Amino acid sequence: MNLIKTSTHRQMSMRLIKNAISATAALAIAASLAAQLAVSAGAQDDYITVASTTSTEQSGLFGHILPIFEEATGIEVRVIAQGTGQALETGRRGDADVVFVHAEPAEIQFVEEGYGVERFPVMYNDFIIVGPADDPAGLSGGRNAVAAFSAIAESEAAFASRGDDSGTHQAEQAIWAEAGIEPEGAWYREVGSGMGPTLNTAAEMPAYTLADRGTWISFENRRDLEIVVEGDDRLFNQYGVILVNPERHDHVKAEAGQAFIDWLISAEGQQAIGSYELRGEQLFFPNAAEQRS
Amino acid sequence: MDGDGAFSTAFQLIVSGDPTLMQIVSLSLRVTLTALIIACLIGLPLGAALAMARFPGRGAAVVLFNALMGLPPVVAGLVVYLMLSRAGPLGFLALLFTPTAMIIAQSVLITPIIVSLTRSVIEDLWAEYEDQLRSLGSSAMRAIPTLLWDGRFSLVTVILAGLGRAMAEVGAVLIVGGNIAGHTRTMTTAIALETARGDLALALGLGIILLTLTLILNAGAFVSGRVAQQQAA
Repeated sequence: MNLIKTSTHRQMSMRLIKNAISATAALAIAASLAAQLAVSAGAQDDYITVASTTSTEQSGLFGHILPIFEEATGIEVRVIAQGTGQALETGRRGDADVVFVHAEPAEIQFVEEGYGVERFPVMYNDFIIVGPADDPAGLSGGRNAVAAFSAIAESEAAFASRGDDSGTHQAEQAIWAEAGIEPEGAWYREVGSGMGPTLNTAAEMPAYTLADRGTWISFENRRDLEIVVEGDDRLFNQYGVILVNPERHDHVKAEAGQAFIDWLISAEGQQAIGSYELRGEQLFFPNAAEQRS
Repeated sequence: MDGDGAFSTAFQLIVSGDPTLMQIVSLSLRVTLTALIIACLIGLPLGAALAMARFPGRGAAVVLFNALMGLPPVVAGLVVYLMLSRAGPLGFLALLFTPTAMIIAQSVLITPIIVSLTRSVIEDLWAEYEDQLRSLGSSAMRAIPTLLWDGRFSLVTVILAGLGRAMAEVGAVLIVGGNIAGHTRTMTTAIALETARGDLALALGLGIILLTLTLILNAGAFVSGRVAQQQAA
């Protein structure tokens, strides 16, 4: 640092001026960026925030239906993909206008506690049990989820659980409860993450896991996982949509949020949901009309 | 893992000028660079002041900022989330799930890095030149701009450390941004999403693009530092 050695007062004050100029420039940049942020936040007012599940977002359903809705109404929909438990919590805190999830008992509780206005059934698909192709618990071709879970526990074959209070995790726990089993031991692995990461883990272990069919069809990294059990009525997976109660959170965009719900259960919205296919398979089956009656 | 698939995916994304990718890249840069500017505006003067000031509890402050360099992003994200949530104290600002929330979270994460590393650089300079500066009639606080200016080449590395942390970070921006398509999806949250979808080639392809961007920013800083150093010499 020979600069300081040759320093004189004059050079020092020159430096101070230079510093002041560059600091002012930096501040100006920061201020303009902040202004730009404020403008972009203010300009885009016609949007709603929807807390939904990873299965609807990651399967590509929203990518398919939202442009149709936005075209029809001019309302932008911003989707946050979380597990059902976390999505309902986001709604409870007032950080979303609408929740779109799949765990009926938790949804009913959400409405009863006054956090949601009313629950509307929208569509369904089903859960499936997937597992390694060599099928150590001998489940392949089965149709009974409870018998399958019992066989997994008995043979202590590896099972990857979501462990994240998601809709799928709640469905899994209901099956264990019906089988009268409290799953524990080295074979029962709580992954604590979303459906995709859990499938990645199950593929790697390899392990059995419970998955929603939408995520499974859209999932790219199956390795040697395949469906081993499907078609049990217990594996029915109903999705519902709820407007967050504006009486609890007065900033909730009730009108736009309800417009989205009305559209989802309208003939047009139901048709849009039913028309979404991936690899030639329909992922979600609209049933707003049947479920409401 | 199909490495070739990842490279060709990355290449195709770049040459096709995919508008979604461009939007994600520009949001990532906007969030990260804004957070970096804020962290520097706070961290450089604060770090220098911490290097030269002598006050009771200074040691504790130094240790605190050093420890905060290791602040887990997910914790920083959670704290900012609870502050900005509608149920939180700053909920009325309606900032949760916006790029601004992501900038705030990243500023919280990288400011301690800038403070601690700046303090370390300036402490050495101050030890070396304290007598000279004092003989020129400069008080400790008035010497801050001078020392920051003279330490600027070392401080570039400090700033790059902050940049690296911000560019690589996913935990905090995921929580406070929500990874909303077209609105708060950045390079890192997009990589997390594609990994979750099992599209590992696309995830790695995006990773390659992100690394390339970081490389370009670092190279830019290196070259401009060299040029400035030569002019100064």
